[in-house]
Amino acid sequence: MAIRHKHDVVIVGSGLAGLRAAVEAAGRCDVALVSKVFPTRSHSGAAQGGIAASLGNEEPDSWEWHMFDTVKGGDYLTDQDAAEVLARDAPRAIYELEHMGVPFNRNPDGTIAQRAFGGHTRNFGEAPVKRACYAADRTGRVILDTLYGQSVQKGIRVYPELSVMDLVVTDGAVRGVVAYEWATGELHLFHAKAVLVATGGFGKVFKTTSNCFANTGDGAHMVFRHGFPLQDMEFIQFHPTGIYGLGVLISEAARGEGGILRNRDGERFMERYAPTIKDLAARDVVSRAIMSEVREGRGIGGRDFVHLDLTHLGKDRLEERLSDISSFVRIYLGIDPATQPIPVQPTCHYMMGGIPTDVDGRVLDAAGNPVPGLYAAGECACVSVHGANRLGCNSLLDLVVFGRRTGRRILEDVSDLSFTEAGGEALEACRERIGRLKERRSGERAARLRQRMQQEMMEHCGVYRTARGLEKALGLIRGLQEECRTRLVLDYKGDRYNTDLMEALELESLLGLAEVMLLAAQKRTESRGAHYREDFPERDDAAWLCHSLVYRDGDRVRYATRPVSITRFQPKPRVY
Amino acid sequence: MLKTVTFSVFRYDPEKDKKPYYKDYKVELRRPGMMVLDGLNQIRWEQDGTLAYRRSCREGVCGSDGLNINGVNMLACITHIEDLKDPIVVQPLPSMPVIKDLVVDFTDFYKKYYLVKPYLITKTPPPSDRERLQSPEDRKKLDGLYECILCACCSTSCPSFWADPDYLGPAALLKAWRFIADTRDEGADERLEIINDRDGAWRCHTILNCVEACPKQLNPTEAIAELKKTIIHRKF
Ligand SMILES: Cc1cc2nc3c(=O)[nH]c(=O)nc-3n(C[C@H](O)[C@H](O)[C@H](O)COP(=O)(O)OP(=O)(O)OC[C@H]3O[C@@H](n4cnc5c(N)ncnc54)[C@H](O)[C@@H]3O)c2cc1C
Ligand code: SF4
Ligand code: SF4
Ligand code: FES
Repeated sequence: MAIRHKHDVVIVGSGLAGLRAAVEAAGRCDVALVSKVFPTRSHSGAAQGGIAASLGNEEPDSWEWHMFDTVKGGDYLTDQDAAEVLARDAPRAIYELEHMGVPFNRNPDGTIAQRAFGGHTRNFGEAPVKRACYAADRTGRVILDTLYGQSVQKGIRVYPELSVMDLVVTDGAVRGVVAYEWATGELHLFHAKAVLVATGGFGKVFKTTSNCFANTGDGAHMVFRHGFPLQDMEFIQFHPTGIYGLGVLISEAARGEGGILRNRDGERFMERYAPTIKDLAARDVVSRAIMSEVREGRGIGGRDFVHLDLTHLGKDRLEERLSDISSFVRIYLGIDPATQPIPVQPTCHYMMGGIPTDVDGRVLDAAGNPVPGLYAAGECACVSVHGANRLGCNSLLDLVVFGRRTGRRILEDVSDLSFTEAGGEALEACRERIGRLKERRSGERAARLRQRMQQEMMEHCGVYRTARGLEKALGLIRGLQEECRTRLVLDYKGDRYNTDLMEALELESLLGLAEVMLLAAQKRTESRGAHYREDFPERDDAAWLCHSLVYRDGDRVRYATRPVSITRFQPKPRVY
Repeated sequence: MLKTVTFSVFRYDPEKDKKPYYKDYKVELRRPGMMVLDGLNQIRWEQDGTLAYRRSCREGVCGSDGLNINGVNMLACITHIEDLKDPIVVQPLPSMPVIKDLVVDFTDFYKKYYLVKPYLITKTPPPSDRERLQSPEDRKKLDGLYECILCACCSTSCPSFWADPDYLGPAALLKAWRFIADTRDEGADERLEIINDRDGAWRCHTILNCVEACPKQLNPTEAIAELKKTIIHRKF
């Protein structure tokens, strides 16, 4: 039998988006957080560099410049109504975090310190501006600790180490979730009036990634399985500076503080690609520049990486502002960034696409109507403030701004929503899904299938894409899905912390999302932001200035598009 | 032939094992700089999927994979295999109830963390439309305190924590001091009252295991000493 629960609101995921929404709604309705990992272990804690807001503490800044940068950074696919909400609300959101206790670094006058970050500029693109608020290079972690502290203070109920496996959907409305408890192997059925999906990104689709093991996209995949659309899934950010071979991130803060990218000749090659802001151009631009250098034989020693040079910054500055990053480099590479350059290559970092929502976190169906009872926020959602390429420091901001708005919206809606007794079928389906996996006696381990997927996606759905490569990858991914259905085997069939089962369930999410990414990437026959088609190298506003939707209709996959909100800034060619 | 090392791993499935045992695995060193977590992954993905352990960030920030490795508590994801003596003995964090293999129950550890009120307590309302000011010097007082990732490496290495089930332990006490030391916080009295208890700060006998264990190079002992000083100073 399953354990049953009833809460007005169930929030799936306790990263910053989930926590911020929970803190907003708690006290005025009954909120529960259900999370695969304990809240403070969520991947938001890995965010290093900062959170953007035009506080203007160090030099003049304005929310309109911030909005413009966000729109331009997103290669004009950003919804401008949403970007305006983001940029306007940012200063308030930062003050609020400070009031909650976040230990931001400070200026001599006691105000919050700020630093430069890629794509953030003064006066509509003139020069870099100091807009990123930070706590050394632990910005995500301190905000996560602070918001978790808030949730402790408010007594919010947390169900840690439960993975949500499915949504309970009746008559097109979401009424709860089914979850699996790792410690005991028990299934739980949560009845809820509103469900918020805040399960974060899914970089684990790729071989080289800055993402943690938990970033497998369970939430986005769940929503897709129920026939709701996913939006802009072809836009996958590759961060320029992952540690070579490992993918572990070296934050853009390193370049914000003055770090320089160099090729085998020691040349500062970004001067050729982005003459105005050089190493601080948007991420897609820098990642492509690195790959071009590598392709043209100017990688270090002719190999597939370049150098990030921090040696001129000096030991003290590295220690004060980039200490975690410096210690990463020492730990992983055994080199001292104060004296030696760091080998870096692009690493899969962020999903611009995801579950489409309005600016209040309400999930939209293929026709653009809100799905009753279903909300999404954070990296798994697509508002879309990041368009075709997210700017650094805009994600943490997105989480707290839209997390809060979603919490508020749920409070407004919850009195009109009701509980049902539904969920029995979903529960049985989950039980069968687990049972089938445990029954199989021989076959292939999840890890093997996952590695093949990650390798293929890296090769064909990465920084550069072609019709042929995408077609090939799609064939392989569909083959792997079939193997997953028929051959996936578990070594451990028990009920206690069955990580073997966890990885099997996660693989289903990853493969499902990999397919959607490939389909969306095939469809979009242009290059924009992070989506670069070698066979269609130009941006094509006439045909493609629109969001893409992919959704399931029975066994068929369908496509649709949605217009981009353009309010203040008309699309222009993007040069940095 | 690749060089291999032996991992001798603590195994225990309370559902079917009468008592814990150790199982040996060979781990291939496929690239320089492999971490203990890479070794555990290799075992689980290629040899034995029944092994359970926690991990998430694999870069020392989430605090999931505190383990006892060759007798010392550390994070598996930032501990080099090559720096360890072969065979590498991997055990769960000491003194915590085992759920399975290397996965332990953190309930008690978190309970103690909640007890010190791990959030900023303020009475004076903040300015309505801007940040509270704090000088860089005052902010600096939090360095070495705010970076705790709740991995429990310190508390589970502390003999007082093992011996006294009610002792708050270094992690919770460090957290308490992180807030008391914050010039913005006004909750010192509430916290000190809890900590003045004999199971609070006074159980610490300055054995320093915790300092050695902390993978973030924090110093809980110093924080506890500050707490004791403050309590005496306030004459509770
Ligand atoms: C290394 C790194 C550095 C970054 N640095 C920055 C930065 O400096 N600035 C910036 O703005 N952005 C940065 N980002 C991006 C940003 O950190 C992420 O986009 C953001 O933290 C995502 O937050 P989230 O709340 O959406 O999800 P997460 O924090 O990833 O949380 C997801 C939550 O969902 C839960 N979950 C997942 N699946 C399930 C399931 N099936 N059932 C139940 N729960 C589930 C998890 O347990 C977790 O609690 C960085 C990202 C990385 C990887
Ligand atoms: S110094 Fe105190 S807290 Fe640290 S290990 Fe020793 S007794 Fe425990
Ligand atoms: S003080 Fe150090 S060892 Fe203790 S929980 Fe925090 S990070 Fe871990
Ligand atoms: S896996 Fe996150 S600290 Fe080791």
